[in-house]
Amino acid sequence: MGTTRGAAAAAAAVNGARAGLSVEKIHVWRGDRHVLKGVSLELGAGELLHVSGANGTGKSTLLRVVTGLLPPEQGRIAWRGTPISAVPLDYQHELAYASHEPALKGDLTALENLRFMVGLKRRMSAQQLRATLDRTGVAQCADLPARVLSAGQRRRVAMARVLAVGATLWLLDEPYTNLDTAGSELLSALLLAHIRAGGMALVVAHHDLDVATATRRLGLD
Amino acid sequence: MRVGGWETLGLVLRRELVLGFRRPDQLVQPLVFFLIVTTLFPLGLSVQLVLLREMAPGVLWVAALLASMLSLEALFKSDADDGTLEQLVLSGQGVYVIVVAKTLAHWLVSGAALILVSPLVATALAIPWSAFPVMLLSLGLGTLTLSWLGAIGAGLTVGLKRGNVLVSLIVLPLAMPLLIFGAGATDRAISGTSPLGALYLLAALCLLTCTLAPFAAAAALTVTLE
Amino acid sequence: MWTWFYRLASPPYVYRVAAVWMPWLLGGAAFAIGYGVIDGLGFAPPDYQQGDAFRIIYVHAPCAWLSLFAYTTMAVAGAIGLIWRIKMGHAVAAASAPIGASFTLGALVTGSLWGRPMWGTYWAWDPRLTSELILLFLYVGVMALRSAFDDANRGDRAAALLAIVGVVNVPIIHFSVVWWNSLHQGATVAKFGKSEMPGSMLWPLLAMLLGFMLFYGAVLCIRLRGEVLNRERQSAWVREAIGS
Repeated sequence: MGTTRGAAAAAAAVNGARAGLSVEKIHVWRGDRHVLKGVSLELGAGELLHVSGANGTGKSTLLRVVTGLLPPEQGRIAWRGTPISAVPLDYQHELAYASHEPALKGDLTALENLRFMVGLKRRMSAQQLRATLDRTGVAQCADLPARVLSAGQRRRVAMARVLAVGATLWLLDEPYTNLDTAGSELLSALLLAHIRAGGMALVVAHHDLDVATATRRLGLD
Repeated sequence: MRVGGWETLGLVLRRELVLGFRRPDQLVQPLVFFLIVTTLFPLGLSVQLVLLREMAPGVLWVAALLASMLSLEALFKSDADDGTLEQLVLSGQGVYVIVVAKTLAHWLVSGAALILVSPLVATALAIPWSAFPVMLLSLGLGTLTLSWLGAIGAGLTVGLKRGNVLVSLIVLPLAMPLLIFGAGATDRAISGTSPLGALYLLAALCLLTCTLAPFAAAAALTVTLE
Repeated sequence: MWTWFYRLASPPYVYRVAAVWMPWLLGGAAFAIGYGVIDGLGFAPPDYQQGDAFRIIYVHAPCAWLSLFAYTTMAVAGAIGLIWRIKMGHAVAAASAPIGASFTLGALVTGSLWGRPMWGTYWAWDPRLTSELILLFLYVGVMALRSAFDDANRGDRAAALLAIVGVVNVPIIHFSVVWWNSLHQGATVAKFGKSEMPGSMLWPLLAMLLGFMLFYGAVLCIRLRGEVLNRERQSAWVREAIGS
């Protein structure tokens, strides 16, 4: 009895070490352009992967393929060993995607934006959402419509959304855009905390990342 | 505990309604267009009430169709432009529920508004009050069907430049049956014959569309978001 | 058993096979249409009601039939492309669309010409012609949608979806137009049902139908080869095929 349970636990530990995101040789064409040519990557718990490259090398496309929005022409993407096409909704529950734009409705307040977005994945009270906005330094913007916020504030609200959802896999496209020094340090600290807690992150950035942890790098050019 | 389908429906519905009512001018514009288009017909054709009454169901319905085409743009475009559509689709609830919620909200806002204004327009077109119940019922069923056909058209053309003309080009031929049945029902109600046949056909069309269109619209969004 | 199906997914194979089939289809079409024209125009007896004017049915009916057949082919091919992600399906759909639209136009023109001796006017909102008109709009919609996308892949998939929605709607549209028409007109002018036609009139009609279908197949082969070349222009086999 003890040995079978021990064997099962050992097997789970091995699987857990391999658990995570696995992207194998994906090819994507946009019209005539061969944007992604056989890109592969692996991401496990507690890992941060920095995707770098010049403009037009397909960094954002790669991120969209990983979210599942854009099915690749060839290759496969697996989450915890299962192809994401088989379990799309379960996969979506475990990821948080922040695109190049902050993705906020201008007519809704910051709090309402969070409520309507986060609320689809997790039930959070207004207080909890306000607390999250406070963590990213925009508590005072909670009741202001998003269109009156500055670009930096909107970026921070988007950060709060990623935080609030509590996802394992963070997919961030140029998250440092429009952030001031304090904001950039805050983002790096949040990334670090997320990684240390066992989460994983794929960050697209054309500049160097200043996250004090062993960051692997994937250059697309 | 995951957020369930019904809860999602309610949340997205509330979101759409809040957004819709925060821009009241965008709600009113298709209605004004509806009124303007109905005015064009008597101006262009004839003011004799007898003739007007004969044309009235057709004029009413064509105007309602065209006004609906205008309001269709709002269905997905705004969310696609600011990136929130992707977030909705990636929310883990599936595109189907999102599409149902958005289309239902669109109908509640624009279709219901048309129905509320229609008695005004109908009186201007010399439609007798006795025909109003049939007219309102047929408009209710018709605008719901139209919202769904429009969801398919809007889903296919999201993100295209000058997409709004293409949407009309795509949706209007598909909407011709409901124009025929809806105007036919109203016409029969005016002339005193039984509108039941036409109403049943309209209801059947509405049912078929409400059942199948969500899948088509969800598939359309999946394709255009690639 | 399905190997022939999977082979059809290969562009070079389709390119070769279409070239082989085309002359046979064209030849068969010429034969069938030739017989149909000679027999229908020369030998079939004149209709007791319409005289010689009915003979336009030998062009009108095949055009109308093909317009529907081509639309269905377009929808099915698009569905294959959409569901199984076989790009040749989209190529067939894209190649079919203009051909089908042309047949629809042909049906409208011949139907309208037929209307002149029958009803005294070129256009009388006859239910079948009105259905054909709406079908033309559906064709235009699909073609316009496909060309509106910069990314050909997405354009194909959107057009395929629209074609599928359209194909479901075609019977609904036809029924609704017939219903609409029955409100306003009494008994329509005697139509030619296939069962009512005597053999001497029927055989040329069937021959024309077959001939038109073969003709559609031949033109489809020609257009399909063009589509394949265009879609695969980046690949090595195309450069060889063109270069040689």
